[in-house]
Amino acid sequence: MKKLGMLSVMSAVLRREVSVAMRQKGEVLTPLVFFVVVASLFPLGVGPESALLLRMAPGVLWVSALLAAMLSLQRLFATDFADGSLEQMALSSTPLGLLVVGKALSHFLLSGLPLVLMAPVLGLQFGLEGRSLGILMLTLLLGTPTLSLIGSIGAALTLGVRGAGVLLSLLILPLYIPVLIFGAGAVEADAAGLGFGGHLSLLAALLVLSAFFAPLATKTALRISLE
Amino acid sequence: MAGANGVGKTSLLRMVCGLAPIESGQILWNGKPIHAQSEVYRQDLCYLGHLNALQESLTVNQNLAFNAALAGNAPEPAQMREVLAHFGVRGRGEQLVRHLSQGQKRRVALSRLALSEARLWVLDEPFVAMDEAGVRMLADLIAAHLGKGGLAVLTSHQQVDIGAVPAQMLELRA
Repeated sequence: MKKLGMLSVMSAVLRREVSVAMRQKGEVLTPLVFFVVVASLFPLGVGPESALLLRMAPGVLWVSALLAAMLSLQRLFATDFADGSLEQMALSSTPLGLLVVGKALSHFLLSGLPLVLMAPVLGLQFGLEGRSLGILMLTLLLGTPTLSLIGSIGAALTLGVRGAGVLLSLLILPLYIPVLIFGAGAVEADAAGLGFGGHLSLLAALLVLSAFFAPLATKTALRISLE
Repeated sequence: MAGANGVGKTSLLRMVCGLAPIESGQILWNGKPIHAQSEVYRQDLCYLGHLNALQESLTVNQNLAFNAALAGNAPEPAQMREVLAHFGVRGRGEQLVRHLSQGQKRRVALSRLALSEARLWVLDEPFVAMDEAGVRMLADLIAAHLGKGGLAVLTSHQQVDIGAVPAQMLELRA
């Protein structure tokens, strides 16, 4: 039998998640529809004053994206926990942390990336210009993988807990604050002529930090949940 | 391993696998505690619990391939077909797991053993939900594994004759 390297095993996790999502398209579409609906509620709530909407747009879109990405987090490990696959992953000869990276990557591809692609369409609704739309997409592209990585810690900690959804939001939302501040701030900084490079660098730094630490924390939390 | 319900058979097996913490004593593999060499130990280990570890929305083949991948193996399609046929689920490879019966799911889960190259099999109630032919076939599979110098730890409520290989019976009492 052919032997697989560790990275091939990680990509097997990723491919499996994508295959499952292709069979349950509703679960991929739900966060996206949620994102569109929430972002569209704001103009209805605060009125059609375009200057106000334009000023609010980056923050509103970022908060909506953040909530939408969180919506699908709860299922990240729940099915595998229930059917025993998670046990098998924990017993794999490939380090669990690496498999967790595969899981988080799949969450980004299936929940985060669609939001990044949908954001400019919603941004247009708010009257954002081309340049701002580009910056918004860039910040989301750097920010949503961080959301998936940090979120995986919460998903692992709340496995098998009753009312996991609410608990998950309480645990994770405070940790999302830095990403939100630098993500939404970039567009405004650029509009104020301050340059957005610093914001992007900080977002990238957050991504690197969470890519290193989140899988370790998630791995430990999963092992505790499985005991 | 035998014992009444709730006496701790599953807990003991999970400790043997390193899934559950050990309160006292130690578990050695090749003379070294398993926690000191968990990655090496896991290469030698194949665990089959109460749960089948099958993702219902994927096909039988996808599940088998994924479970083999977790052990670092990439079986050929022909090999998977052969194993499924041997386990009495011939031609189900492209079916979704959710369309199989309970017994068939168990058979698919057990077929993982035939694709495994692990030396230690830890099986929790492997004979449950199997018909007579299934029990026979599984017993033969375990006997073949033992014959090749493998080791199997299993719990069961029924006496199954695994053959002439040395077997040690452990009865747990509360």
